Amino acid sequence: MTGFAGWSLPVSYPGGTLSEHHAARSGAALFDVSHMGQISLHGAEAAVALERLTPAGIVGLPPGRQRYALLTNEAGGIIDDIMVAHYPGRLFIVLNAARTEADLAQFETHGIAPERHEDRALLALQGPAAACIMARLAPPAACLPFLGVVIAEIAGVACWISRSGYTGEDGFEISVPAHAAESLAEVLLADPAVSPAGLAARDSLRLEAGFCLYGNDIDTLTSPIEAGLAWTIPKHRRAALDFPGAIPIGDHLAHGPTRVRVGIRPAGRAIARAGTTIAAIDGTQAGIITSGGFSPTLGAPIAMGYVRRDLATLGTSLGLLIRGQLQPATVAGLAFVPHRFVK
Amino acid sequence: MAETRYTRDHEWVRLEDDGTLTIGITDHAQEALGDIVFVELPLVDRDVVEGESVATVESTKAANDVYAPLGGRIAEINENVVDDPGLINRDPTGEGWFWRMEPGDEENFESLMDEEAYEAFLETL
Repeated sequence: MTGFAGWSLPVSYPGGTLSEHHAARSGAALFDVSHMGQISLHGAEAAVALERLTPAGIVGLPPGRQRYALLTNEAGGIIDDIMVAHYPGRLFIVLNAARTEADLAQFETHGIAPERHEDRALLALQGPAAACIMARLAPPAACLPFLGVVIAEIAGVACWISRSGYTGEDGFEISVPAHAAESLAEVLLADPAVSPAGLAARDSLRLEAGFCLYGNDIDTLTSPIEAGLAWTIPKHRRAALDFPGAIPIGDHLAHGPTRVRVGIRPAGRAIARAGTTIAAIDGTQAGIITSGGFSPTLGAPIAMGYVRRDLATLGTSLGLLIRGQLQPATVAGLAFVPHRFVK
Repeated sequence: MAETRYTRDHEWVRLEDDGTLTIGITDHAQEALGDIVFVELPLVDRDVVEGESVATVESTKAANDVYAPLGGRIAEINENVVDDPGLINRDPTGEGWFWRMEPGDEENFESLMDEEAYEAFLETL
């Protein structure tokens, strides 16, 4: 167990990180992500109000659908990356635990008073076997498309279920009243295909999928365009430029940022962890690793980081300064392991 | 019968019949590290002093240095743990050894903790 943002979280279970990781790629893994913030916005104007805080398209988010969005600040930095789901009568939002207070302050500044769901837990069931398990326990959830959401009962408890996750696998995130969370976890773990999994496996899975970890890969000093998250900004928002940080973000969209987030494959077996200096082949400073670890699926180290734009082309040779020695590496695509979301 | 002694850095040191030392990390150490995914070993013939960092072991959690328990010269390294770092988790005091070394003339194997002392040391952690 480890402390994180005031929560006590499981890093790994007795089976170990590697087996938990493989369970999510080959069967199913259950993560307790109840530390994440859960809030709702109500009323007819909720979507319009939220759009004032994000460059994502929220007004056009259809009922029964979920979307990844960024909260931005006036400098064009990222306050948080969030999931917004459109349930009947509410926009349900999942926030990063360590950013919940900053997010709520931003909401308050803009006159939005969300309902906080401190009485709700959040479980993530991830992996190719997840759909089969849900088909048995909550048939309406098993029929969801990728990023679809539905309220359905599991073992007699109404849950808010989305077909999403942060592992690159098909899967579900299940928001459940806290008092029913433990029994729900037991129901899910009773299936022999499901292994409990902790934060360490969650991190190696999201890194293999090329997803950002807030605080490592994105923060208030990185812009969505530098981070490779321009896809979260639809055309009409780019045209309107009516969100916090619109001017610097619009400039990055028009002219390109000076640094961009890339995937990096070290040639050797040494792991390049966050903070590792990246050098260009001519010895000049190229950038810095923001996340790095061992990929259990590839059996090799993987990393992501920011490099000068002229060094961001796939296949570019780089050096990584690990324990005083430059280790060869190349720029790679960000999904180290192909995503396998449901179609 | 070869005798095994221990360090406060959770290494085991076995005195072989030919006077060389075999070094690895203890079961306590591999348990604390978790799944080991990378090992970097010293070059053979390198001279090392007591307490010098001579190897690196990385788990899915973090990187850790492994130190020379005594001074001397690296005689042999275990390439098997480089190819399959999980060997250290599976058999830390057997197949998962790190390196063999010839201790220097002035080195005192007896200065290291015996098993009883190491067990007592673990109790204090």
